[in-house]
Formats: sequence, structure tokens, C-alpha cells
Amino acid sequence: MLRLGEVLLVTLQGDLHDSTAQQLQEDLAETIVRSGATGVIIDVSGVEIVDSFLGRILAEIAGQTGLLAARTVLVGMRPAVAITLVELGLTLPGVHTALSTDVAMEVLRQQAPSSRFGGLGQERL
Amino acid sequence: MHTAAGSQARLPIRSDMDLVWVRQHVRQAAAQLGFGLVDQTKLVTAASELARNTLVYGGGGTMETEPLVEGTTHGLRLTFSDEGPGIPDLEQALSDGFTSGGGLGMGLGGARRLVHEFGIESTPGAGTTVRVTSWVGRPPRPREES
Amino acid sequence: MPEQAEGTAGAPTREVRDFLRRRGEQIAQRWADEPLFRAVFTVSRDEAVEAGKAVVDALAQVADAARVEDPDAAGFTAVREQLARMGAARSRAGLSTAQVSSELAALRPPVENLLVADLPEDAAVEHVRSCVTTLNVLMGTLRVVVMQTALSEGQALIDRQRLQLLEVATPVIKLWDGIVAVPLIGTLDSARSQVVMETLLESIVEQQARYAILDITGVPTVDSLVAQHLMKTVAAARLMGAECIVSGIRPAIAQTMVHLGLDLGTVVTRASLADALGYVLHQLGVGIVTPGTNGSVAR
Repeated sequence: MLRLGEVLLVTLQGDLHDSTAQQLQEDLAETIVRSGATGVIIDVSGVEIVDSFLGRILAEIAGQTGLLAARTVLVGMRPAVAITLVELGLTLPGVHTALSTDVAMEVLRQQAPSSRFGGLGQERL
Repeated sequence: MHTAAGSQARLPIRSDMDLVWVRQHVRQAAAQLGFGLVDQTKLVTAASELARNTLVYGGGGTMETEPLVEGTTHGLRLTFSDEGPGIPDLEQALSDGFTSGGGLGMGLGGARRLVHEFGIESTPGAGTTVRVTSWVGRPPRPREES
Repeated sequence: MPEQAEGTAGAPTREVRDFLRRRGEQIAQRWADEPLFRAVFTVSRDEAVEAGKAVVDALAQVADAARVEDPDAAGFTAVREQLARMGAARSRAGLSTAQVSSELAALRPPVENLLVADLPEDAAVEHVRSCVTTLNVLMGTLRVVVMQTALSEGQALIDRQRLQLLEVATPVIKLWDGIVAVPLIGTLDSARSQVVMETLLESIVEQQARYAILDITGVPTVDSLVAQHLMKTVAAARLMGAECIVSGIRPAIAQTMVHLGLDLGTVVTRASLADALGYVLHQLGVGIVTPGTNGSVAR
């Protein structure tokens, strides 16, 4: 987990154990609270498979960080993984996505909580 | 149809760690048989879903892999067996959104959409066997109208 | 099923097996003079003899396993590739399947002559006849094996070409920095849709394209299956971080879709490819300025 200003960068790699994924979810929530980060970028470009378990964890992380007034962007999902998730029926509607970390940073900057697109401004009130 | 030369294997599914082995083994077997990257990923994902079902609902069990040949086409069959409590209502278990514990309820129904052939037998009190097969280079099954 | 367990070969089969083992060299020598071997192994006769011996060995193995009628017998495995090469070489030389088949048939008489000469003179007529029959069956099975491999080679070629055709028929065009488009022409079946989806998603990664336009102007009909494929592609692209726009929904197709109750859900649609490009450029904050009318921005 890497911190870039207001943003936490998490890189997932290879084949994740269920317990590793669950641990990440817990750690991330704590880190957001502690650091006051407003954005989380999860880089999944090194992940070869996302099943419904990991998919659910990713969706939960997005929901959870939203409650903590931060925004999660999922970055670099491989085509094969994306096709499989769609066939599985998991389209992760609540999760923001981006092609690269650069684009994700841009998205997070543009849609900062104060932005009218963010919708998080209201949640903060 | 007969069994192709190649590794036929039986893997235990007893823990979280075994799920990783199952995924790696299916990935390797599928790659060896010539499955494309997308089809490999689908099959590995289906295996992951089914192995987790075996672990979580069946109380553990085994996965068997079997390479197949039909004419010029290669295929891979995976069989997941447990001696758990079984599934009382198969139709319900296969419908999307059904779950009896954790997950998004995509386990069985989702896995079925990722493979070409899907079969399940379950006897309440005796256990469940799920058998899935995919073929190299065959287009995916169209999703059933719901 | 383990073949050894079945090794209860009848007497004629055992006889043929022993004969093949004993006379392998001579059979191969005779075959080397037959048109099939002569035409395939043009460089050296020794090579032809070696190849012939490998085939005889395989036949002996098949007889040993008592599977003279089974083209799938494990004994053939070792020579399958070689037989396929021989068959393919004759096809390339312009021979029809029937001609290749008769060249194969020509391999039988020399073996049969050797077999009959090899059997003891006092052998019962019945026994001689069964041995010859067994050999004939075995040689027939060999023909089936060669024909099978020839057919499967052909099938594999057709499969490869079909896939190539699909890929050729699915060009992904870069329209602008970060914008790719696929003009779909023709019927979208499951196989084609899969290729379209994979090609498009790959190019999204390659081009780092934040927008992808699927233009269906050239798709004759949109049924529920096609709509489903489009939705899947859009959903997969979104997971990767790209937005898909579907363009070119002709009025007739729009009408059918309404009739069928097909809904593309939240997918952004535009009437034409040009409209879709205009929408995307606007999203990217790119303005189009017409020279002369300084400052007027399209769309």
C-alpha cells in the first residue's frame, strides 16, 4: 500500500488467497481512517483471475471507502478477467474504473469531493 | 470420445490454500491443451467458484481433472465431489442470486455460464458432485433467456 | 481401458503379429518400391524403408493389443503424425482422396504374399484364411487411420481459416487519441461476437482508449442474442475503464428492438458513427473548429 498525497495506491498481484483479500479489506478501511485519504486506487493489472469472492470484496471496498468519504478506482483490469466477470454476472456497477493509474489520478482529482460530479459532497454534509 | 494423453489428476479441497492449487492446476492443464487466454480464465474462474462451494458448503472434497479428445477438439473436464449435506433444491441453487452463506450467490449459476457443459448430482445427506467440461475453440453458450 | 488386459489375441492375430515382427524389414523393403513411399520419400530409399518399418512396428503393436479393427488403438499413436505427413504430401501432389486411398490399398498385396509364403506348408486352409483375413482387416484399419488424419488436417485448416476470417472481418480503427471504433458488418453470431469482444478489449488496452464506438450500421438484424452480446461488450469495457458507445442503430432496427422489448439499458447510443465521435470528442473536451468561421464549435 503506497501513499501518494491524498491517494492510497494498492497493487494486487498474482493469485490471491481468500484470507489475503479479506485482510486487505480490513487494513484498507483502517488506513483510510488513519490517514484521511480521499482516494484509493486498486491496481489489478497483475491479477489473472477475479472470481465472485474477490469481486465481492472489491465491490465492498468501494462501498466501504465511499462511506469513509473516499473514492475507489479500480485500475488496469485485463480483458480476459473483464469478459469472465461479465459472464459471471458481476459487473460491479458501483465501482469506478480506469485504464491506468494516471487516468485514475486524473479522475480522482477532477471528481474531488467538492466537485459537482462527485456526489460525495452531499454525503459529507 | 476417449481420454487424451495428459495429466489426469485429483486434488484435495480442504482449505483456502487448496483453492489456489486448484486454480493453478486448472490454468496449467487448460494452457497445455491449447485453450486461449479468455477461455483459460473462464475455466479457472469456474473452477474457483466450484471449489469454493465444495469447501464452504460441502465441507471439503476433491477436484478431478480429465483431458478429453473428441474428433480434432481437445477438452477439459473437471469433477468436484464432496460428501457434505447435499443441495435440497437444485433449481433454486442454480438460479442467480441464491446463496446460503456469503458470496453474491453467483457460485453455481455463474460457473455454469463459464463452461460448455454442466452437470450436477446431489443427494441430501450424501453429498454433491458437479461436473463441468469446456472445449478448445468453441464459442461460449448463449445465455439462456431468463 | 488397459490394452494389456485385452491381450487375449486369437491364434490368427498372434500369428500375424509374430509375422509382422519377424518380417518387418522385408515388408518395409517391398513398400519402399510402392508408389506411395516412392513418391513421398524422394531423397533416399533408406528413409522410405525406415518409415515403412515404423509403420510395420505400429501394426505389430496393434495386433499385439488385439485391436486390429480399432483406428484409435494406441499402437498407431507413434506413426500417426508420419502417416498424416505422407497423406498430406500426396494430396499436395494433386491426388484425390480416392487416389491416396488406392495407393494405400496397394500396400496390402506384398504383405499378404509374404504372409502366405511364411505360413507352414501344412497349415490348415482354415487357419491360412483367418490369418489373411486378420491381415486384411489390419491393413484396412491402417487406411482408415490415414484417411482420418487427412480429414482432421483438413478440418483443422478450415477451423484456422474460419478464425482468421473472423479476425480479418473485425478491424479496430483508431479514430483519435484515446478513441477506437469497430464497424461491424454482417451477422453477429456467438463465435463472431466473442472475437469482436476480445479484439475490441485488446485494442482498448493497446491504444489506452477511454472510448470505444461499436458501429452496427452494417448489422442486418438485432435480435435478443445480438443485444446481449453488445451489452456484455459494453459491460466488460467498462470494467476495464473504457466507455462504449453503440452507433448506427437504423430506424428499422430501433423499431424491431422496441417490438422485441430489447433494452440496451444504460448504454450510450447515437444514430451514426459521426454523432458518436462528436459525443466522445465533446466528452474529452476536444472542440472542432471550422476554419473561416473562427471560433464556432461543433456539437
